[in-house]
Amino acid sequence: MKPLDTRAPKPPRVGLFVTCLVDLFRPTVGFASVKLLEEAGCEVDVPMAQTCCGQPAYNSGDRADTIAIAKNTIEAFEEYDYVVAPSGSCAGMLKKHYPGLFAGEGMWEARAKALAEKTYELVSFLVDVMGVSAVKAAHDGTVTYHDSCSGLRELGIAEQPRRLLASVSGLKLVEMHDADVCCGFGGTFCVKYPDISNKIVEEKTANIAASGADTLLAGDLGCLMNMAGKLQRQGSAVKVRHVAEVLAGMDDGPAIGRGKD
Amino acid sequence: MQITSPAFKENARQALADPQLQKAMLHVRSGFIDKRQHAVDALPEFEALRESARAIKDHTLAHLDIYLEAYEEKVRAAGGHVHWAETAADARRIILDICRAAGARTVTKGKSMITEEIGLNEFLEKEGIRPVETDLGEYIIQLRGEHPSHIIAPAVHLTKDQVEADFRRVHDHLPPARDLSEPESLLGEARRVLRSQYFQADVGITGANFLVAETGSSVIVTNEGNGDLTQILPKVHVVVASIEKIVPTLEDMSQILRVLARSATGQDMSVYTTLSTGPRRPGDPDGPEEYHVVLLDNGRSAMLGTEFQDMLRCIRCGACMNHCPVYHAVGGHAYGWVYPGPMGAVLTPSLMGVDKAGHLPNASTFCGRCEAVCPMKIPLPKMMRHWREREFSRGLNPAVQRYGLGAWAFFARRPRLYRVLTSLAVPALALLGGRRGRFRHLPLARGWTKHRDFPAPERRTFMQQWREREVWKQEARV
Repeated sequence: MKPLDTRAPKPPRVGLFVTCLVDLFRPTVGFASVKLLEEAGCEVDVPMAQTCCGQPAYNSGDRADTIAIAKNTIEAFEEYDYVVAPSGSCAGMLKKHYPGLFAGEGMWEARAKALAEKTYELVSFLVDVMGVSAVKAAHDGTVTYHDSCSGLRELGIAEQPRRLLASVSGLKLVEMHDADVCCGFGGTFCVKYPDISNKIVEEKTANIAASGADTLLAGDLGCLMNMAGKLQRQGSAVKVRHVAEVLAGMDDGPAIGRGKD
Repeated sequence: MQITSPAFKENARQALADPQLQKAMLHVRSGFIDKRQHAVDALPEFEALRESARAIKDHTLAHLDIYLEAYEEKVRAAGGHVHWAETAADARRIILDICRAAGARTVTKGKSMITEEIGLNEFLEKEGIRPVETDLGEYIIQLRGEHPSHIIAPAVHLTKDQVEADFRRVHDHLPPARDLSEPESLLGEARRVLRSQYFQADVGITGANFLVAETGSSVIVTNEGNGDLTQILPKVHVVVASIEKIVPTLEDMSQILRVLARSATGQDMSVYTTLSTGPRRPGDPDGPEEYHVVLLDNGRSAMLGTEFQDMLRCIRCGACMNHCPVYHAVGGHAYGWVYPGPMGAVLTPSLMGVDKAGHLPNASTFCGRCEAVCPMKIPLPKMMRHWREREFSRGLNPAVQRYGLGAWAFFARRPRLYRVLTSLAVPALALLGGRRGRFRHLPLARGWTKHRDFPAPERRTFMQQWREREVWKQEARV
């Protein structure tokens, strides 16, 4: 007979998939993610062998490089209880697209499926898996939230970020018109078809402006950089941040694309 | 029709700079999306119906040969004729022969994308036969010498003022001072002008939304009633339909009808749903003396069994383009051939070759809204990606893209090298970004900085900072 285990249950081990954009452009989002996950009772690790989820290659039709990058990601992350990314698009890549890359390939398909099952986008992981219903953060101002496409339509993320934002003291959330419509980023789309992308993001920034919010939030850095870049080119005063920065109370530094001035 | 899909970028640039088009395209957003949503919200079983519709089409495509032959037998039994056309040229020749045999000089046409696909109007005109489009939108674009910019709303790229100007120009026998300020007055005028054409026509040509194997019926759904007059009044009715329009039974048709109009226009049903089975029988009050069906393949059977087979479930409702941000931005003509929007981005390369239509599956943000609203649950983004894969493996995409992607992938596949490179490059870029924290110009990212500022990196990479944090933790423990 095994002795009764009276110790507290072991915290889940989370491998943080930082995402290449957060790693390179917005480390604050990575640290905010770590803080939120640790506050939710997770043990967070960041495997050094990660680079990118492979979407640039995947969406350019380059399957061989995608598969090589996916194998690298699977090897780096399969030891954890969960894989969490502060991005609906990258989490969606691991969760919805990796298994298909190895269809009919036995071992690798099984490994990709196992990884897919335990991969989550950050905010939906906090709410749906860890049962977080409120955060200890304050933000003085009016924000509007853009639903990034992959998170919304591949992973069903819509209600979770709004629920957590409602718990931030001092924060007022206003909905913009067409919050669920694409911002025009689309990865390499925005540089392959810059004029069309521009037309789409102009619609988005018009809706952001009309909402009256002083801050724009979303869960994907690619979309955020696109919208921030357009707002700044238009001379808008709207600040742009990843939703994790506000939820973690790490929104005192410069907003995206804003220097120290 | 001349394909201009290879010039998609130039087409798009012109479309973005066209104020009339941009004004007209606002109607797509306001007109279709909310109406569809209301119709869907009012029908709790809509999701179940989508599943059922998909299953019907998947089953049919898996047994397409059997159902097509069963359909042919029923059409013949009802006294109709079935003509098999492998290519667009075959279909044109068959239709011309029928028109010649009927001594036709004028043919009326119901709305049909298949006749656009085979370029029927231009062909008949060259052969001395006058085609008259009777659907209001089709009539308008025929007056203008244009092609449809949308599969169910062919003139959606035009404003009311443009249509009024066209009517005043073409209908010059009518009093110049007449009031055409309301859409209803335009519709009324078109009806009056077209009415006489129905009686002059020797042949009426329609498409088909469905072909029913069980009964040998062709089915059209319309809102104006023009389709009925087109197929009932002339001596000869020709149905031109592609092979994937077949459904096994009337019950299957009814199931799919329940998602069709709701997805297309937000109606529960279109105003008219008309079934035609063979020519006029003794005792029938009306109907044509001859009934022909031209079954077109034109590349579709080659899609069976490939990763593009699911596209053959398409029922041409237009919901994908109605919800597509790229379609909203550039309109349908920019796509450069018959089928625009997401369904066109998958179908056009299948029918015309990815070497010509490669831009179409690339010009998508993969936002996934098309797949989310498709009543037949066609995985449109996935199939666009399959086209990108075919393009990539054939080396058809631009060299700059290939080299850029290749260089990036080289490092992304090698984490240690990637770490070294990014930990050098990122702080340098952050330094260049300076106190402003962004760039107005970046030499290698002109596509980006043409329209937007580029946010500079915060400082150093997350990984650099994380490693330091872990080292401090270790040291603190010691």
